[in-house]
Amino acid sequence: MTGTYLVKRVVFAFITILVAITVNFVMFRALPGDAVSGLRCRQCTVEFKRAQIHDLGLDRPLVVQYALYMRGLAHGDLGRSLRAPYPTVTSSLWEPIKKTIPMITLGTIFSIVVGVAVGVIAAWRRGSLVDRGATGATLAAYAMPTQWLALLFVLYVAGWLGLPSSGVNDPDLQVAQVLGTVSWPDLAWDQFKHMILPALAIGIVFAGDYSLITRSALVETLGEDYVLTARAKGLPPRRIIRRHALRNAMLPIATLMALSLGTIVGGVLVVEYVFSYPGIGLAVVEAIDKRDYPVLQGAFLLLTVGVVLANLIADLIYPKIDPRVTLT
Amino acid sequence: MSLASVETVAAEPGAVIAAPAGVVRAVLRTWSARIGLVILVLFLVVAVFGPWLAPYPTTPTSGQIFAPPGPGHPLGTDDAGVDMLSLILKGARVSLIVGFASACVAMIIGGTVGVVTGHFGGRTDSFLMRVADYFLVIPDVPLMVVMAALFGRSLTNIIIIIALIYWASTARLIRAQTRSVRERHFVRRAKSIGAGHPRLLMTHIVPQIVPLLIANTVLMIALGIYAETFVTFLGLGDPEATSWGSILQDAFAASAQTNGAWWAIVPPGLCVTVVVVGFTLVGQTVEEELNPRLRVGHLAYRRFRVRPLGGDLSRD
Repeated sequence: MTGTYLVKRVVFAFITILVAITVNFVMFRALPGDAVSGLRCRQCTVEFKRAQIHDLGLDRPLVVQYALYMRGLAHGDLGRSLRAPYPTVTSSLWEPIKKTIPMITLGTIFSIVVGVAVGVIAAWRRGSLVDRGATGATLAAYAMPTQWLALLFVLYVAGWLGLPSSGVNDPDLQVAQVLGTVSWPDLAWDQFKHMILPALAIGIVFAGDYSLITRSALVETLGEDYVLTARAKGLPPRRIIRRHALRNAMLPIATLMALSLGTIVGGVLVVEYVFSYPGIGLAVVEAIDKRDYPVLQGAFLLLTVGVVLANLIADLIYPKIDPRVTLT
Repeated sequence: MSLASVETVAAEPGAVIAAPAGVVRAVLRTWSARIGLVILVLFLVVAVFGPWLAPYPTTPTSGQIFAPPGPGHPLGTDDAGVDMLSLILKGARVSLIVGFASACVAMIIGGTVGVVTGHFGGRTDSFLMRVADYFLVIPDVPLMVVMAALFGRSLTNIIIIIALIYWASTARLIRAQTRSVRERHFVRRAKSIGAGHPRLLMTHIVPQIVPLLIANTVLMIALGIYAETFVTFLGLGDPEATSWGSILQDAFAASAQTNGAWWAIVPPGLCVTVVVVGFTLVGQTVEEELNPRLRVGHLAYRRFRVRPLGGDLSRD
């Protein structure tokens, strides 16, 4: 039984990725005009453009192009950027991704810690003023456009906390790094400081999700007989929550952790734009601005694959976390 | 999978379907829904009469650049010297139109797919549900951005794109409800005395689906307004239209945030937040009234779900 479940999930993930690749390919080619005529360059002659079209393989039959595209992908080649000096898409996305991953990790940790804490308090004191306040705050966090929250941070929080609100490095430190007059802990600390505000902006939005799901899962388990027994035994609330109630709330929390990636990615786009944080989000924004479709498509594909894999992992770990989950 | 899902619950026969009068009463009885309703009415009035209420024309240079709020300009002016209050009033219309239109298109696509797959089942059902799964799992904002970048910058395109991405969750919800209604006694009776598919659908099933579809659409409007701000903020909005999203984008492009011009940033975002809260409060109350099981347990997770998650916790 476990076997079929696993196979089904893996097959679904595989097909989803395949569909994403195909949609990507078709969307790119079905456009009126092509990538090259969209090139904004005044000096380009007709010959140059024709050479470009040939270079990019756009004059071949579609089936051949599709096969070439797939072969390229299999080699980790996402195509070439349209921006001079025409670096590969893979290389122009790799550096940004390395900057984004620590940032969203920090944001996710923040949202889990804050969200679970708020959720536990709200569930324990259900119906109280604290609970209602938490619910209201959750709704507000949901409804706020992420870019607005980020802009408010730049306006009010950055100055107040003395945190940098743009970029990933202090320019002075970058110079010092070249000169070799700065030690790596200082550099790392500087990068961390640049990460805090973008991570917080993403984290706050998701803290709402976590608090909501923790609260509802806890409210349910707190009504169970074994929790009543634990209370009757005189266990302190902290222990009841930690050892008895919260454990059962782990499944939805873990689920959310994996599934939230799809939405986090949306937040990353606008947050990195606001903070000029040179991650994958900013790469996408720049690609939009420069009409650099290959980079845009490559980023979209990478993000999709990431999200589909996260979903797959969630599907595969359910039964590990909660044996009651029946596998079908 | 025993993971709580709206679908499996709704698929059990006997989920209560409230009469429209009950829904109205529920909205008027619940505090949160009352607040939501007041917000909605207020902003609908603004959206309809906004251009006449605006104290200034929204053409550039009706005032000083980035003037702080004061007499004459209650919300200050933006980077082109345009009165912020007038802009906000004007933007309400576009933002709400995008919300309504995209929700309606999503409702039509999602509703049709949901009813057809739920009623007929079979291969069409499994195929369309796989397609829906695809749209549920794919990261929504990047897809919107790619589509918007490819289709070109216009309001119609934004509306279609938003609808194309969010129809899937509506389809799933409506499919589940259709399957549950299909098994009710009155539908079976009608079938046994020889009612054909068109009659079964039009006189028996669809009327039972419509209330839930409307509740879902109200929630979808919030999502549409929210999504528009994202697309517009990333520079893919209609250059001709003033929406709250584009006001925010303009303020950011003019570095209002580093110039301390809070009056150019706070009002548009606040409007979006308040309106999204309003639609969500009303939509949820209606949905809960129609499907009381949403209130219990971690099904309540769907409460306050403004954005569908990357995947959906409520899948089977």
